[in-house]
Amino acid sequence: MVSLPVGRMGRNGKPARSRSPMASEDRIAGWIFIAPAFLVLLVFIFGPIVFSAYVSLFEWDTIGQFGEEADRPFVGLGNYQELFQNDAFWQSARNTVWYTLGVVPAQTAFALLLALLANRKLRGISFFRTAFYFPSISSSVVIAVIFLWLYSGNGLINSVLRDIGIDPPRPVWLANPNGVFELLAGRFGVDDVNVWLAGPSIALLSIMLQNVWSTLGSLMVVYLAGLQNVPNEVYEAASLDGASRWRQFRDITIPLLRPITFFVVTIGMIGCFQVFDQIFIMSSGGPAGTTTTLAYFVYTQGFGGLRQGFGSAAAMVLFVVILVVYFLQRRAIGGDETK
Amino acid sequence: MAAETTLGPNTYSRSNQDQRDIALDRVLRVVAYVVLILVTIVTIAPFYFSVSLSLMPQEETVRLTLRDVLLPSGIQFDAYREVLTSSDLPRWFFNSTLVAFIWVVARCLFDTAAGYAFARMEFPGKNLAFLMIISTLMIPGMVTIIPKFIILNEMGLLNTYGALTIPFLASAFGVFLMRQFFENFPVDLEDAARLDGASRYRIFFQIALPNAGAALTVLIIASFQGSWNNFLEPLIFISNPDLRTLPIGLAYFQQENVINYPVQMAVAVVSTIPIAIVFFVFQRYFLQSSTSSGIKG
Repeated sequence: MVSLPVGRMGRNGKPARSRSPMASEDRIAGWIFIAPAFLVLLVFIFGPIVFSAYVSLFEWDTIGQFGEEADRPFVGLGNYQELFQNDAFWQSARNTVWYTLGVVPAQTAFALLLALLANRKLRGISFFRTAFYFPSISSSVVIAVIFLWLYSGNGLINSVLRDIGIDPPRPVWLANPNGVFELLAGRFGVDDVNVWLAGPSIALLSIMLQNVWSTLGSLMVVYLAGLQNVPNEVYEAASLDGASRWRQFRDITIPLLRPITFFVVTIGMIGCFQVFDQIFIMSSGGPAGTTTTLAYFVYTQGFGGLRQGFGSAAAMVLFVVILVVYFLQRRAIGGDETK
Repeated sequence: MAAETTLGPNTYSRSNQDQRDIALDRVLRVVAYVVLILVTIVTIAPFYFSVSLSLMPQEETVRLTLRDVLLPSGIQFDAYREVLTSSDLPRWFFNSTLVAFIWVVARCLFDTAAGYAFARMEFPGKNLAFLMIISTLMIPGMVTIIPKFIILNEMGLLNTYGALTIPFLASAFGVFLMRQFFENFPVDLEDAARLDGASRYRIFFQIALPNAGAALTVLIIASFQGSWNNFLEPLIFISNPDLRTLPIGLAYFQQENVINYPVQMAVAVVSTIPIAIVFFVFQRYFLQSSTSSGIKG
């Protein structure tokens, strides 16, 4: 391991970063340094994705030892075929779309507004920042248990609604399978609404609201960091040029925050695609499957129904959706930064 | 409105425009405080309610008004006494603490070593290895949960502390964070040690690691929080009640005591206290841990 090549060239023809006897020692030591982390991530994240694709090609219905091939027939794309003909799968896809369409714009807009407020140099501002962030550090289970009470029949939300003379929805929030757009259309005498247009159920909407509430703080912090990186001089120059505040916001702040927005929207969407804890505790996917999202569907198939092959097929669909969304987003928001 | 938030004191000549701005500033300031206070109430209220409910006798929680929850009439600690003596809460608490400790120690060592290597060393396959690690950042746990379950089953680790810890001994976030840190950390100290003939391993343990305090704090907090609140994997990998962590314990406890809100909330409060303490002590780092992955990504 000991050698003394002075001015040795690195692998890419550039001078090695460390012009020292270490360069050759590093070729092995480098791998020793990364080995533990690399192995853990390889075995428990990277490998499982590949393995998931493999499992999805089998009727993998038992939890036994790997060697027992007999009861795991190879079915090719059979699981995928079944998936795309499965009503519950399409319902979960629909629920996920509504969930994401509702939560992401709301949490992004509120997070930006909160960050603009929290970025002001006001007395006591750090107290407010701390308060806003608190839900983000709490466990999703704790939050779900609290909201379960808030939304319950005799919970605080209904109690306050009754006090101010509004009838709470019936069935109660988390047990109400009626689509919000369907209910709205019903008021105008339209009774026959396509399932895709019925909108999220009241139950799903309740969970969506809780989710916006619990993610606001951490997304605000991301925006806050972005705002603090915008140099004051930019605004000073703009206001010397007579640009109104609104124009400064529209033409300076928003464009400069574009990479941050990309990040916030991306992690927001991925968060929506994987939401599980709250649904498990607050509604278990019901009523009538209206709070079963794609991620929850994977869980119910793979572990509730013990159909791990079928569940893996659903997981692969979820994975592809996430990849597609990620790259579309990159093009839409992060793409044209070349100018 | 946004621009106004970041404008420094006006140093240029006063015009009508400026005077209008100053008036506007005052109005905006009042509006800002009103909104800030309202949002604070909305974010903190549910936690306040949970504390408040945990201190009430169960009969009182059947039908409550806002007033009852805001100002509970008789405070009592029966719910806490009950969960501490007749539930498995102490056991869950111990399990959560043990698991969090293992996550934190392992990540500090493994993520830091890997981050250091990616920042400082040249070795074959480095770029590919880094790309693979980073690409795991965006993958939700649900996508890999079934194969992880099968793998752990093969390893005979289901229903052991191993299932709660081994898959989490390293994190892509941590590797990324530490690499970022070492790339911005001056190399002079290490160079001096090298001239003295110290090996990489020595340099890492005696110079790099002890000097990485700031980044390590962020890593410790992120790992602690991740472990303390982790739900999906323990739910699926553990069926032995003795191995339940706090979130799992609370989830089952809630189902077993559906209408007994005081005891539910008592468990919720007790399980929030440690993370709340860590949060208030290390606030600054918490905020950093949620931004550092994003801004530099």
